Amino acid sequence: MKPRVYVALLIALALAALAGLALGPVSLSPAAVWSALFGHGDPNAVSIVQALRLPRIALGIVIGAGLGMSGAALQSTLRNPLAEPYLLGVSGGAAVGAVAAVSLHYSSLAFLPIAAFAGALLAVTLVLLVARAAGARGDPRVLLMAGVVVGAFANAAVMVLLAGESADSVRGALWWMMGSLSDATWQGTRWIAIYVGIGGVLLFALGREIELLALGEDPAAALGVDVERATRRVYLAASLLAAVTVAGAGLIGFVGLVVPAIVRALGARSVRSAMLGAAIAGGALVVGADVVARTVRAPAELPLGAVTALIGVPFFLMRLRRMT
Amino acid sequence: MIRFDDVVLRYPRSARAAVSHITLDAPRGAITAIVGPNGSGKSTLVRALLGRLLPESGAISLDGTPIAQLTRLETARRVALVPQREEPAFPLVVRDFIALGRYAHGGVWSGETPADRAAIAQAAERAGVAEYLERRTVELSGGEWQRVRIARALAQGGDALVLDEPTAFLDVAHEMAVFELLDALAREKRAVLLVSHQLNLVARFASSIALLHAGTLAAFGSPDDVMRGDLLERVYEWPLVVSRDPAVGAPVLVPLRHRAPR
Repeated sequence: MKPRVYVALLIALALAALAGLALGPVSLSPAAVWSALFGHGDPNAVSIVQALRLPRIALGIVIGAGLGMSGAALQSTLRNPLAEPYLLGVSGGAAVGAVAAVSLHYSSLAFLPIAAFAGALLAVTLVLLVARAAGARGDPRVLLMAGVVVGAFANAAVMVLLAGESADSVRGALWWMMGSLSDATWQGTRWIAIYVGIGGVLLFALGREIELLALGEDPAAALGVDVERATRRVYLAASLLAAVTVAGAGLIGFVGLVVPAIVRALGARSVRSAMLGAAIAGGALVVGADVVARTVRAPAELPLGAVTALIGVPFFLMRLRRMT
Repeated sequence: MIRFDDVVLRYPRSARAAVSHITLDAPRGAITAIVGPNGSGKSTLVRALLGRLLPESGAISLDGTPIAQLTRLETARRVALVPQREEPAFPLVVRDFIALGRYAHGGVWSGETPADRAAIAQAAERAGVAEYLERRTVELSGGEWQRVRIARALAQGGDALVLDEPTAFLDVAHEMAVFELLDALAREKRAVLLVSHQLNLVARFASSIALLHAGTLAAFGSPDDVMRGDLLERVYEWPLVVSRDPAVGAPVLVPLRHRAPR
């Protein structure tokens, strides 16, 4: 991808972040945002920007980067332009893990991503087993059906876990399940960023293998890839990223689908450049969608996952139509 | 160089072996062909070379080292292989596609070295694809696509080249060009192992032919040994005659009609 495309993506991210800092129940001018960032000006504005909006944007960037990279890696590895953690049921599995951890009172910020990761791994294993049982691991549609089935199962499992909880905590859990950045804190964001960083580095290290897996298993093996081992590692790293985003902001679908496609259309030639571009574009999309979620029906807030789904579903249908 | 020694291969959960007791070798400096009817086990042997299927008994070795003792990377550095079918999930630029052949020669974070660039350019030149390096793989014709895949195998390097039906879907000229290229590569002391349905071309180019029949080796020898009417008729279960082409002096298989044409 040409450097100017990365620059354009970074500008889009910066604009989304600026909108995120300026817009909300209290609108601030860009100048007020600028001075508030450095602790000058109206103390209210300073606390809104620094304590509320900035961590939220930081979390959005990290979540979007994780979803984008995970989607880009899964699409190439599974040779399926419709693959992404949400549609594959991986995010659903992560939600089960996270909800289980919370209901067992193991909800520390450091531990929650690990519980979600365990759930995500279980889900990805199940999806692959279901797809294999259907006898067509290579058929993209079978894989997605398996993902939908596992996702539905995960949803049911979450409902079962929530059954005994108070109405308030059920409401909170459901809100979280629809995706939201509203609970963003610096401390939580830091943990999420660490895990996203680990997952991202792992995926970049696997970049050359992912490139070859996109050719098919036999060609990849012919070129020197240990196919089983490489595939397992990609699933691990991509599931980690998906799980961490779920632990940090709930279920946010379609970002992992839309963003890699945009980056490829912008000319990303290698898997690594697609992942890097998807990380930046994913951050921009999530932060932008969060601005929409906060502003269209202010002071009420829309679930972030609903906004990304409203963007993502038409996109999904367009892609599906082109495939069949 | 590549040797199959009494190899038995069985797919998981399959009652009967896909190939049994195959012994053949593909030496340097020659084209060795594997022929046989559909389902006779040709591609199974290739999959075993990829380590995708482990021999139940017997051994596959490279210069005496069983490939079971080599990592995928070590094998890929010595044997370049063009699988039967392949479709990239996302379109690639031809040059990037050929560059993937260099995977086995690089590290996790290493970029393209001058040696890589030289190998890629040379491979593209050799396979006759140098003029469309910047095109995308989806824009290629069937013949161009096959040559690009061969170029990737050449960029991969190594002393052995294995191709599974490289001339399927190719017209006469492209087919001949591929066979001439393989012949030239064999003359440069590479071992070329070729799975093909083109018996007549194989008979002209290969030094030895392995004829598979229902997973067993029906014959292995020179084209004259294998291209025998009675043998081929039994293996292919179709009436045919083998004559000798007066122009090129090679045995030629002519399948017959069931009934005399009116």
